[in-house]
Order: sequence, then C-alpha cells, then structure tokens
Amino acid sequence: MDLNDLYRDVIVDHNRNPRNFRPMPDADRHAEGFNPLCGDRLTLFVKLDGDRISDVSFQGSGCAISVASASLLTESVKGRTVPEAERLFATMHALLTQDDAPVDVPSLGKLGALSGVREFPARVKCASLCWHTLDAALHRQSEPVKTE
Amino acid sequence: MSTATAVPVAPAGALDVQAIRRDFPVLAQRVHGKPLCYLDNAASSQRPQCVIDAVSDYYETSHANVHRGVHALSQKATDLFEGAREKVRRFIGARSTREIIFVRGTTEAVNLVAQSYARPRLQGGDEILVSRLEHHANIVPWQMVCQQTGASLKVVPMTRSGELDFDAFRSLLTDRTRLLALTHVSNALGTIVPVERFIAEAKRRGVPVLLDGAQAAPHLRVDVRALDCDFYGFSGHKMCGPTGIGVLYGRESLLAAMPPWQGGGDMILEVTFERTTYNDLPYKFEAGTPHIAGAIGLGAAIDYLETLGLDRIAAAEHDLLEYATARLAGIPGLEIVGTAPHKAAVVSFTLRGVHPHDIGTILDTEGVAIRTGHHCAMPVMDFYGVPATARASFAFYNTRDEVDRLVSALHVAQEMLG
Repeated sequence: MDLNDLYRDVIVDHNRNPRNFRPMPDADRHAEGFNPLCGDRLTLFVKLDGDRISDVSFQGSGCAISVASASLLTESVKGRTVPEAERLFATMHALLTQDDAPVDVPSLGKLGALSGVREFPARVKCASLCWHTLDAALHRQSEPVKTE
Repeated sequence: MSTATAVPVAPAGALDVQAIRRDFPVLAQRVHGKPLCYLDNAASSQRPQCVIDAVSDYYETSHANVHRGVHALSQKATDLFEGAREKVRRFIGARSTREIIFVRGTTEAVNLVAQSYARPRLQGGDEILVSRLEHHANIVPWQMVCQQTGASLKVVPMTRSGELDFDAFRSLLTDRTRLLALTHVSNALGTIVPVERFIAEAKRRGVPVLLDGAQAAPHLRVDVRALDCDFYGFSGHKMCGPTGIGVLYGRESLLAAMPPWQGGGDMILEVTFERTTYNDLPYKFEAGTPHIAGAIGLGAAIDYLETLGLDRIAAAEHDLLEYATARLAGIPGLEIVGTAPHKAAVVSFTLRGVHPHDIGTILDTEGVAIRTGHHCAMPVMDFYGVPATARASFAFYNTRDEVDRLVSALHVAQEMLG
C-alpha cells in the first residue's frame, strides 16, 4: 500500500481547493449524504436544463477523499445528460470496488485519480458517498444517503 | 459457591515494559512493513499469552456445560467458571459472587439494568439522569426504557475541558430522578469522572447509581464497596480478556428484587407449564449456556493485571499520558480535545487541515493504529462542534518510543495534506 497512490496530487489539490463548493439556492434537485461513522457530510445541488445537468455544486465537510471526490464529481458531470451521469456513476462504482473492473481509467480524466482508493477498503465509502448522493438527487430521493 | 483465592502479589518498582511486551504475541508483528504501534486500547486491548492459553487450555482439557452434569468434565468446567466469578468479585471488591453477573459486555450490563431494574419501576414523569460524556451504550438503553415507560432522560452538561458540571448535576437531581447512569472514565476524552462526589450526592437524594466502567476497569483500581455504587458494568476485551464477556456488578438487595430479563436454561429452578421458579443469584440473570471460556479468560486477565499491579499499571499509563500530551501539544495546528486535570491515558485531538479519517489512514501506513471517528459518543463531538476526532489510547504495554512514532506519523500526515 502506497499512500501516494491514495493521496495523489489531484486529490490533495481538490481537497485543499474544492471546486464548485457553494450553495445553490435555485437548485432543481438536491440530496444529502452522510457517513455517520466518519462524519462525512455533504449536500449536493443540481440544476437541470431539460435532461442536461447545467450546474452542480456541493457543500459539507469530510475527509480528503470525500471532499476531493465530490469536487471531481462536480467538474465531471457538469454539462452531461442525466443518463450519462448515471453511466459515469456505474463506472466509478466499478472503479472503486472491483479489482478487475473493465474501466478505461485514462478515459476518466482526473476522476482516474480515485482508482487508488480501491487499495484502501476502509476508504471506498468516502469516495463513493458523493456519487450515491448524486444518484439520490437525480432520482429525487428524500432520505439522506449513507454508504456505510 | 466460591473458593477464595489469594490476590497475586505485584513486585515492587516500575513495570518492565519490554518483558511485558513479550507477553503479547500480537505486538511482535509488522503492519505495512512497520512494527505495529497499537494505540487503540480504548476500543479494545490486546491479550497476553496467558489469557490465550487459559481459553485454549479450557477447550483442550476441560470443556463441558456448567451447572448441569454429574460427570467429571462438567464439574471441572463449573469450577473454572465459578473460580473466574470469584476472581471478578475480588477484583472489584464485591461482597459476594451473587452480585457478579456474567454478561456479554458493558452494553449488555446497561441494557440488563435498564430493562430489569428500571423498566418495571418507571412511570411517566420519572427521570433518568445521564451525562453528556456518555458512550452511546449508556444513552440508548435509557432512551429505549424512557420510550417504553414515558419517563424522560435528563443530561448532566459538560464543560469545555471535558469535565462534568457538578452544580448543574445537583440542580438536575429531583424528586423524580430514579437512576443516575454515569461513566467512570470517558471513552472519547479520557476524563476520569470524580464519581465519588456524584454518588454521594445521588445517595443523599436516595437515587441509585449505575457506573459504566468499561474504560475504568482496565486502568484504575475499582472498589465497588468504596464507591458505594449500585451497579457497575465493564467489558473483558478492554482489559486484556476475551471479547463477548463482561460483568454486571449489582448490589444484592437490588438484584434480588429484580425480575429476570431473559428466560431459558440455568436461570430456573423448576419449570412447569403453570409456573417457573427462578434460580438464585447470580444465575437468575444468566439464561442459557454462558460464555464459559470467556469468563475463564477474563479470570486469567484479572490474574495477569493483578500480578502486574493495578497501581503500577495506572502509574505507567499516566507517564505515557503526560509524555504524549506534551509531545502532541508541541505539534503546530494540533488541538487536544478534552483537557480535564484527571484523565486516563486517552488523547483525543484534531489536526488543522487534516481530517481525522485521513490521519487514521496515514498513521496506519506507518504502522500506527489509532481510532478516528465519533467514538460512539456523538453528543461529545457535537459539544466541541467537530464531526470526529483522532484518538490515541495507551495501555501499560505501550512505550514512549511509540508516542514518538505517533508524533512522527502525524508530521507525515501534515506534510501530505496539511
């Protein structure tokens, strides 16, 4: 296990300076994610233009992995359609949880930086929290999401 | 019922930590290529070889069900099991083994008292008093019994240093207070609560007291008669014993008046379909085949701790606490959470710019095992306005070198993420 594989430069950067870290008063959808064991807590906001995610932002607090993952999520789903975002969720889930996932990591761009999380099973839920929360927001789920 | 056993005599002088470490096989391993530095003792301690041997010897040579058979093995198992009960009685200074109930752990001890002692007595408007420092296990069972009876839960507030507000406690004691359930040592912060004062005041008002001793029993000398508490619960696995075994001490007069809380074998004298006659104490509260090996292992753990000497253990751990507190306080951006003047060897802290969960992962790769999170004490975390802390908790087998490794690993975490 190499720490530098978990805390890659992209992760450290997005933890220190999370992108799209702001409330969105006019959001069409929002959902809350909470991991009670570690205390990670985030709210994800989505603005839709028809089927397209025209804006996405988040707020909350958590570990470096959860904050960076949420930050990277916002960058990567903005502008995508809802079905595209859902496919990306499935891809990220596979990347985070399956050793031999058929994922083309380079095609993921910065999101590929999260591939090191798989080697740290206790941290997978940190990285996946925001994705489950996005899924809940897109499906108008009202209960807060937990990945523990 | 019990045979008296002599208290092992602790040799004079300080503990030989290096020799002690050789008693704990688990400590010799490497984790991620680094020697294991186990600083998560408040969550669960490790076991010395003598405890492991006591459990395996029992299974290899002496196992049968207890209190049942006339055959030799059953008698041997019963003698070992009841011998362990006597060791527990002596360890906490109880009057009689009738006051020593084997349970799964502190959690079950609290639940037993909540359901068997409190529930039949409580009515709407009655109050149960707990403190802000409690572990969830000394909150939730009382919430449950309050929901069942219409009683309400009152909470003794804490101060910034992590102590309990005694004056507020006094004002919370009312004519409707039916029980005070209090931690002896805070698991999240390490605060040693001056329970004697609280008990004396509660007694003055005729309020019985339960103490959660999960964090106290391994680290300080507990004497339930001197404390004058009514119930005292603790867990084997936090004091070098097996998991799944713990103890509820109860004042005999209270236990005798309480109904059983689970029905089954061993807790009965006679069963017909018309009526059942319950067994005497302590068996009335031990339905089903007990964790015999666990009790025997706990007895061996008590022997081990007494051979080292509880006072010397407390002194060694206090030295580690003072050293760790000084070293950690020297790290820029590190804030110790919980600064009571009397603490067990627990240091909870936050590090600026580094989330506790990340601290835990980074320290783990350095071989340093600590706990991160809310420590099953979310009201304490809420009090300090943090979602989580990192917590290093020491046992007598830890060393100053390990404190230094903790500090070095924290520098790594700061460099990486701070």
